[in-house]
Amino acid sequence: MISRRSFCKKAMIAAGGIMIPLAALEVFNPQRLAAEKDGTGKVRWVFLVDIHKCVGCGFCVKACKTENEVPYEANVTRTWVERYVVTKTGKTHIDSPKGARDGFTSQKIDQAHHGLLEVKEEEIAKAFFVPKLCNQCENPACVQVCPVGATYQAADGVVLIDRSWCIGCGYCVMGCPYGVRFFHPVYHVAEKCNFCYHRLAKGMKSACVDACPFGARKIGNIRDPEDPVTKIITTEQVNVLKEEFGTKPQVFYIGLSREVK
Amino acid sequence: MKNHVWRPLFLVVAIVAGILFTRTLLVPSDFGVYERGYMYGWHRKSNEDDWKKIRVKYKTSSGCPECHKDKYDDIKASPHAIISCENCHGPAYDHPNDPQGLHIDRSRELCIRCHAYLPYKNNVRGNIPGIDPQNHYPQAQCIMCHYPHNPVKPNLKYKKTEVKP
Ligand code: HEC
Ligand code: HEC
Ligand code: HEC
Ligand code: HEC
Repeated sequence: MISRRSFCKKAMIAAGGIMIPLAALEVFNPQRLAAEKDGTGKVRWVFLVDIHKCVGCGFCVKACKTENEVPYEANVTRTWVERYVVTKTGKTHIDSPKGARDGFTSQKIDQAHHGLLEVKEEEIAKAFFVPKLCNQCENPACVQVCPVGATYQAADGVVLIDRSWCIGCGYCVMGCPYGVRFFHPVYHVAEKCNFCYHRLAKGMKSACVDACPFGARKIGNIRDPEDPVTKIITTEQVNVLKEEFGTKPQVFYIGLSREVK
Repeated sequence: MKNHVWRPLFLVVAIVAGILFTRTLLVPSDFGVYERGYMYGWHRKSNEDDWKKIRVKYKTSSGCPECHKDKYDDIKASPHAIISCENCHGPAYDHPNDPQGLHIDRSRELCIRCHAYLPYKNNVRGNIPGIDPQNHYPQAQCIMCHYPHNPVKPNLKYKKTEVKP
């Protein structure tokens, strides 16, 4: 017969044992902690967009869709270009027909189901084009919300998606503050820009960078002090999108205007 | 302790063991925590190589002059020098082996990406020579009159049309 005293004792040991998480038994590794904090690798890819140089030709979008096998006619794209037309009365009109795959060839603003809006030449105070793509954030919200570990950040900072592992729940699509994620029409899994990871691996630049005639898009390694992109980011006035979200985006913009959302 | 205590316990142990076993079967062996830690680096390592293996389609203009020196020389001395060949001729893949020829985009849509006039004076776009695609010879292809590899010149290939840009 078990005594009350020994029962209580054993029960408490058992309960205590269950409460120790497996992680607590792991040996503490300071190197990993350092890596989690700010990374130690030799490569960290970052992107630089010069809004002053972009003319909205859309060659970046065209090249991106072909290079990354995103169906050309589907209305989804990894990178896109937005047009901002600010009027003298302070109104801002934004459009991006087909993600600017065919460029901006008309003065009319595409307002989706509200039709086309004509803004008179003399009403325009300023206008500019803003290319957008995945920010490969240092704190990627999309990765945190993935319930299965299908999206992750590689050592060089690029956030990738494991197509064989993604269950298509869509949390990451909702979680991205920049709206860069969508569902791939063929694979039916989450999809987004990865700076053309296959090109970087071969020492090439992203397809959109090579396609841009005006040098508005550049890619570089922020850990290399000699990289021209690093030099610009560290010595010139650059900005990022939606800093207040705390995701630490790694796509830097020159000439960002306050109208840009 | 009595049998009726042990039996359900065995059952629970068996279920847990079963779950752990199927888990080792289903989860790839290289699934784990990598450089970016638990929060961001939990993944299947070999997926990084899957991405690296994707075929490169756009090969840049660097190889083209080897065989199309005439076109290269023309465009390099023109205001179109900044445009990559592949923007107008499509991705090179393994041209000239596969495909043997390359696409030639003769559409007006190609040119008006940059030349459709937009009245944005503060922007570079407003300073590229612009035309109104609706009124600038809408019935013809641009290259009937303008030589694409050097738009300062008329396109001699189509002699009938006389252009003095
Ligand atoms: C190794 C030599 C070689 C290189 C390099 C090469 N080409 Fe070609 N290219 C050819 C040959 C040969 C043909 C003719 C094939 C045919 O007519 O079937 C051709 C055909 C073409 C055509 C079609 C011409 C027509 O009249 O139909 C285009 C456009 C073209 N090349 C563009 C390019 C571009 C752009 C590049 C660089 C990305 C490039 N080529 C690189 C050899 C080359
Ligand atoms: C602005 C767009 C544009 C760019 C940039 C461009 N091409 Fe072309 N290319 C054309 C067009 C349009 C034609 C068809 C011309 C015609 O039919 O008169 C053509 C024709 C050709 C042809 C073959 C046919 C012929 O007329 O003999 C070759 C080869 C060619 N291009 C190679 C190149 C190479 C190499 C480059 C890069 C150095 C290049 N092109 C850059 C638009 C372009
Ligand atoms: C990537 C944008 C882009 C595309 C696409 C493009 N062009 Fe141009 N084009 C330019 C730029 C930039 C200039 C030079 C403007 C300057 O001199 O300031 C120019 C100049 C010209 C000029 C004026 C030359 C002069 O007299 O000074 C003509 C004509 C022209 N392009 C025709 C064409 C035609 C035809 C096509 C299609 C085959 C085409 N362009 C495609 C960017 C482009
Ligand atoms: C029938 C021949 C013809 C066709 C087709 C044609 N152009 Fe022109 N283009 C001209 C002539 C002639 C001029 C110079 C006189 C003028 O400004 O109208 C010119 C001028 C231009 C200029 C220079 C304007 C400036 O302000 O300096 C550009 C840019 C241009 N064309 C682009 C295009 C584009 C893009 C297309 C196709 C959408 C095209 N052209 C189709 C004959 C043509």
